[in-house]
Amino acid sequence: MTLREKLNAGRFVVTAEIGPPKGTDVGRLMEHIELLRGKVDAANVTDNQSAVMRVCSLAISVLALRNGLEPILQMTCRDRNRIGLQSDLLGAHVLGIRNVLCMTGDYVSSGDHKDAKPVYDIESVQLLRIVERLNSGRDMAGNELAGGTDFYQGAVVTPETDYLEPQLVKFEKKVNAGARFFQTQAIFDIEAFSSFMSFARTFPVKVLAGIVVLKSVGMANYMNRNVPGIRVPEDLIEELRSAGRENALDRGIDIAARHIRQLKEKNLCDGVHIMAIGIEEKVPLIMERAGLL
Amino acid sequence: MIVAEAKPFDEIKEMVNGYRKVLVLGCGSCVTVCMSGGQKEAELLAAALRIARGIERREATVDAKTILRQCDEEFVRQVRDELSSYDAVLSMACGAGVQGMNEWLRNVPVLPAMNTRFIGLCEGQGKWVEVCAACGDCVLGVTGGICPVTSCPKGILNGPCGGNKKGRCEVSPDVPCAWVLIYERMKERGKLEEFKKERAAKDWSKRQRPGRYTHRP
Repeated sequence: MTLREKLNAGRFVVTAEIGPPKGTDVGRLMEHIELLRGKVDAANVTDNQSAVMRVCSLAISVLALRNGLEPILQMTCRDRNRIGLQSDLLGAHVLGIRNVLCMTGDYVSSGDHKDAKPVYDIESVQLLRIVERLNSGRDMAGNELAGGTDFYQGAVVTPETDYLEPQLVKFEKKVNAGARFFQTQAIFDIEAFSSFMSFARTFPVKVLAGIVVLKSVGMANYMNRNVPGIRVPEDLIEELRSAGRENALDRGIDIAARHIRQLKEKNLCDGVHIMAIGIEEKVPLIMERAGLL
Repeated sequence: MIVAEAKPFDEIKEMVNGYRKVLVLGCGSCVTVCMSGGQKEAELLAAALRIARGIERREATVDAKTILRQCDEEFVRQVRDELSSYDAVLSMACGAGVQGMNEWLRNVPVLPAMNTRFIGLCEGQGKWVEVCAACGDCVLGVTGGICPVTSCPKGILNGPCGGNKKGRCEVSPDVPCAWVLIYERMKERGKLEEFKKERAAKDWSKRQRPGRYTHRP
């Protein structure tokens, strides 16, 4: 069953993330694919994440697919105009990719080519509209395609942003533009998330809650200070602190597993998206503790 | 107005190095208002160039003058003969002024002393901010009079990205998120229904370069 079929059948799904390498050595990446295969339902393949130049997400998505891990192709609007994006989408479809996640993309200044010219010919809502159009057999300009696409398109949302109202309007725009599923930015406050979900549930879309594994008190504080849309509550930081420096990661894995269990038991959302940045090998352990393996 | 700032002095010095008789020409319009290329700045730059050449013990003439508008042939024509007696004119106007002058003077090279930055507004003493990208396809009528094409680094047309933190832009945290400002303004004016409308991708053919405009009476 594909990700789309599982979500449509009402299954609680788990997605993870794999990051293309900087360079042609895919050794470590293949280990991650091996590790996740048969455990998670699909894996996002990031698109020059944080504007750091790497192997393109399309190539790694194909690698994942050929090695038995269903990919979710992330596509940002930072590096390609509407011609490039549509062309890559058609190429992805030809190579067997079906899941695509549409995002505007981090600005070039956060990456390693700060002097690059950012493109942003279009943005996330318009990219979703394009995918919808390709699915209907036409391109953005209205030209008929010799064979349309059959993408399952998703988008992102930030439920814990400190300025929620316009974010919710944008969520609605993304739904109207064709988003079928959403993956959220990391959530840590189940109650706040639950109130977001009572809004999101009024739309015909699937929502996967973003889970970030806390590795240390320092990481939690750093994210609170610097990462937009992430709010780690004080009691979780205290919980990490009480575990002591050496056991902080293990406690972080516990917290992630506990959250996943709560989300699933309370039927709050349709699945989780685990972002285990730098500790991809811990994903199976998290799933195990959450009772998903 | 057009905002421009002076190039680094060493770059300017290097640019006029091969010319014996140089006129630093200030512009009396936009760059005078933003205090970067008016009469006072032209005189200061001419003095600095004279001192630099004096230190290098080179004989040279560097004068200063200002006209009201370098981007308008009417104003340039009046000083054409005077300007033609120089080996080079160092213009403190925006890029339009420099190009107009090169066209209208022909026999005298006109060199840029400025980097032309943007179309902007004054936001406080000595501070200007870009507000218009001259995109040729104005959306101000549906964005509460605040331009997201210019004020959002990603030029998003459909609301904030996930990157704003406490209402600030993720790209430059000292700047407010344009979409937070637009939302507040439209909410205040009772225009949230308008805010919710999906905006299609921009027609960039309207910004094809070089732009042309013909007045039809």
